[in-house]
Amino acid sequence: MRFLNRSAGRLSRHRRGRFAGLAVLLVALLVTGGAYAALAPAGQAEQSQDNAELVEQGRELFLVGCSTCHGQNGEGVLDVNGNQLGPSLQGVGGAAVDFQVGTGRMPMVQPGQQNPRKSVAYSDDETAALAAFVQSLAPGPDVPDESDYDPSSIYELPEDERDAAINRGQQIFLTNCTACHNFNGRGGAMPRGGYAPTLRGVSDKHIYEAMLTGPSQMDVFSDGNIPPENKREVIAFLETLQEQPQQGGFSLGGLGPVGEGLYVWVVGIGGLVGFAVWIAAHTTRTKKGKETA
Amino acid sequence: MSTTSKVADTNGGTAARSGKPSKVGAAANWADERLGLAGLAKKNLRKVFPDHWSFMLGEIALWSFVVLLVTGVFLTFWFNPSMTEIEYQGSYAPLRGSYISEAFNSSLHISFDVRGGLLLRQMHHWAAHLFIGSMLIHMMRVFLTGAYRKPREINWVIGVLLLTLGTLEGFTGYSLPDDLLSGTGVRAADGFVKSIPVIGTYGSFLLFGDEFPGHSIIPRLYIIHVLLIPGLILGLIAAHMLLLVYHKHTQWPGPGRTEQNVVGFPMLPVYAAKAGGFFFIVFGATALMGGLMTINPIWMYGPYDPTKVTAGSQPDWYMGWPDGLLRIIPGWTEVSFWGVTLALPVFLTVILMPTLIITFLILYPFIDNWISGDKREHHLLQRPRDTPARTGLMAALVTFYVLALFAGGNDIIAIRLDLSINQITYFLRAAIFLGPILAFWITKRWCISLQRHAKEQALHGYETGIIERSPDGAYSERHLPLPDAKQALIVGRERDQLLELEPAVDKNGVERPHNRKERLRLALNRFWFADNLQPPTAAEIEAAHHHHDGHDGHELEAGAHDDDRDALVKGH
Ligand code: HEC
Ligand code: HEC
Ligand code: HEM
Repeated sequence: MRFLNRSAGRLSRHRRGRFAGLAVLLVALLVTGGAYAALAPAGQAEQSQDNAELVEQGRELFLVGCSTCHGQNGEGVLDVNGNQLGPSLQGVGGAAVDFQVGTGRMPMVQPGQQNPRKSVAYSDDETAALAAFVQSLAPGPDVPDESDYDPSSIYELPEDERDAAINRGQQIFLTNCTACHNFNGRGGAMPRGGYAPTLRGVSDKHIYEAMLTGPSQMDVFSDGNIPPENKREVIAFLETLQEQPQQGGFSLGGLGPVGEGLYVWVVGIGGLVGFAVWIAAHTTRTKKGKETA
Repeated sequence: MSTTSKVADTNGGTAARSGKPSKVGAAANWADERLGLAGLAKKNLRKVFPDHWSFMLGEIALWSFVVLLVTGVFLTFWFNPSMTEIEYQGSYAPLRGSYISEAFNSSLHISFDVRGGLLLRQMHHWAAHLFIGSMLIHMMRVFLTGAYRKPREINWVIGVLLLTLGTLEGFTGYSLPDDLLSGTGVRAADGFVKSIPVIGTYGSFLLFGDEFPGHSIIPRLYIIHVLLIPGLILGLIAAHMLLLVYHKHTQWPGPGRTEQNVVGFPMLPVYAAKAGGFFFIVFGATALMGGLMTINPIWMYGPYDPTKVTAGSQPDWYMGWPDGLLRIIPGWTEVSFWGVTLALPVFLTVILMPTLIITFLILYPFIDNWISGDKREHHLLQRPRDTPARTGLMAALVTFYVLALFAGGNDIIAIRLDLSINQITYFLRAAIFLGPILAFWITKRWCISLQRHAKEQALHGYETGIIERSPDGAYSERHLPLPDAKQALIVGRERDQLLELEPAVDKNGVERPHNRKERLRLALNRFWFADNLQPPTAAEIEAAHHHHDGHDGHELEAGAHDDDRDALVKGH
């Protein structure tokens, strides 16, 4: 208290000085600024510190695992023939990395028409580091938060609102996705040996990221196009599709009329012709039996 | 012989005695006195049916049609063929709140809210597949055995019409529920109609009553589906069966079987029991399929909306082959001139090809007759190997059909077999022309070598695998004559006739102009028959036997074997 009083006196002594006001302001700023830095927003500083570390860790992983194709700064690499070894990753964002690495697509092993899902090569932490690194290259859609993609909030809605949300999800899915992925999410063919894969068993996060980043031939469905809320509804619909019972019996692959045609010939016609042969043969057999007896 | 005596046995025993008149008997009597059915029934119930599994293929078609009638009538109780939009409020949650047509709504209602509705809907659809599939294989049987020949040409024509109508009926049915897939199908049909030069657009407006989709297509398709085509099919089936009874059934050549008789079971009781039993098998199979296997899950497709489409949008398989041709025809076939665009890719594949093939099938008995120059009636069937060119033609048609069908499923094949859809297309573009030619040639050659083998056996017996050593040390394999029925199949068939061009100068020394048509006919006749082997003549058989008697006289010893005695006695 004394100290405070004393300094207050001293301050008042200089009050009339030309720069007194400024000095006061400066000191106040410094004090509050320093106090703030020392106490309150410790997270931010640490985060940027951590982020820098994460980016650094990501850069190291990237240099080892990805740079042969994507270049040391993710700028993309052309081979001697001018073909793209790996595209530029500037601006694809952390979400694309999280999707590509999290589904095992990257690092790519064999260049080909389609880069399939395979077993994941990096741990979750490493994936996060790679994502952070690519996100640091140029702004792009970052790895989504759980609150973005988790559809459980939809399931908690009252019944009619929930039905409406899932119904919207189906409508969006039918409008935007079935042309490639089929009505049942079972996948379909793309030109030249490519394919849109089945959506069964794909995690919510990866469905969300796939829409956000549009891997390879798939379109990008940005948030302006399909807002996060609607993306969640699509995810909820896809989950409902997977979980609902097979009302009609075995789904026969869920690929539509081609599968049905195959089954009708193999099981239906095949079985009935088998019966016809059996019935016709039956009498010949009894006849034979009688003759030899 | 055993078959006839067995049937006769059942009539024997005690003489019929008039007992207390039963109620049923009285009713039957009442009806008979007024309708005179007994005489007709007696005659028809004694109709004889030969026994071979391939004669039951048509029956699969008949019984699946019955299943279609029964299940279809059930569906009409709830189906509402209207395109008015309403909000869905049924039990299928993911669609609740959607605005859908009454047609789609009532189909969902049948599927989820009518007891047994989904089962019946699925049975109806599976039975439709079975109906058309069994008609196809039934038709192949008739073709391959020559059962369409005189006097049965008309029945063949009726068969082709039934197949065509069945396909159309299937397509109209597929369009009724107004789901995404059926709407896509109707959309395609609209395109098909519009592809017809000049009258296309008028045709489309006539059909839809408006610009696609309009509001009348589903009610119109409904009437076509439940009234018009079933009525036509019913009438044609009746005519088909009447002609069948009138002509009597064809049969394989065999001991005691001639062009004048039919050997087999009388309609009652044996055949009726078998046929009746078969109905339950077909019904049971359809019920199992309907109960266990999903077909056309319309709730997953969702309501039709022209802005939506799904991967794997295919028609049902019986419409698949024109769709397949359309998928592989190169785009440059579309032509534009004077500001007019001709959608030839669509027209050629989906309109023209089916028309040509149906016309060809309808005309086939007459073409065949023109080529062979055969004026006789035929009640005995031909074995497919005995008509190598015709069997080859069927192989070519089947190859074409299957390849076109593959083309129709090219996207599914691509993802299932890890192929490129483009490569499948390039491959099929060539294969659709080369495949049938190859299939024709291989099959024809194959048949001829089978004929050669059969003739060899008929003349020299079959190889027993028993090696014998003669007293002077020579080894030989013992041959035994074929069983009777088999021998009859080989030697009992008719010889093919090669047509001759009439002499260029007639008997009065006047030159006869040989027109192109006649030459074509002759060339075709040669192509059809010249390579065939003819059945052994009596003289050849005789000569072969002498040959055997001189060469190896063991055949009587062979008679010591029980199994062979019978054959020997008959064969010699
Ligand atoms: C063998 C070469 C190769 C390697 C190694 C490789 N990639 Fe790729 N990467 C590609 C190619 C090629 C594509 C384009 C693939 C496509 O379009 O399907 C691609 C695409 C991507 C994309 C998607 C870009 C976009 O536009 O959405 C990301 C993200 C990515 N790679 C990240 C990585 C990461 C991270 C690694 C290292 C773990 C890696 N890649 C390793 C070749 C490679
Ligand atoms: C133009 C066709 C196309 C459309 C439209 C499309 N996709 Fe895709 N989708 C693809 C292709 C191709 C891939 C595979 C990409 C790859 O493997 O690199 C894919 C991959 C995916 C994956 C990843 C699956 C996996 O196995 O990891 C998901 C999830 C997905 N799509 C969801 C959607 C959703 C949801 C929509 C609609 C909003 C949609 N897609 C629309 C073509 C499409
Ligand atoms: C040659 C015979 C027939 C064939 C090939 C056939 C085929 C079909 C097909 C493929 C469907 C679509 C089924 C689905 O929803 O998945 C259908 C629907 C329907 N059929 Fe038939 N059908 C035949 C005869 C009949 C008959 C005789 C009737 C009634 C008198 C009938 C009434 C219906 C009705 C009402 C529907 C719509 C029901 C619905 O989709 O929910 N059908 N038919």
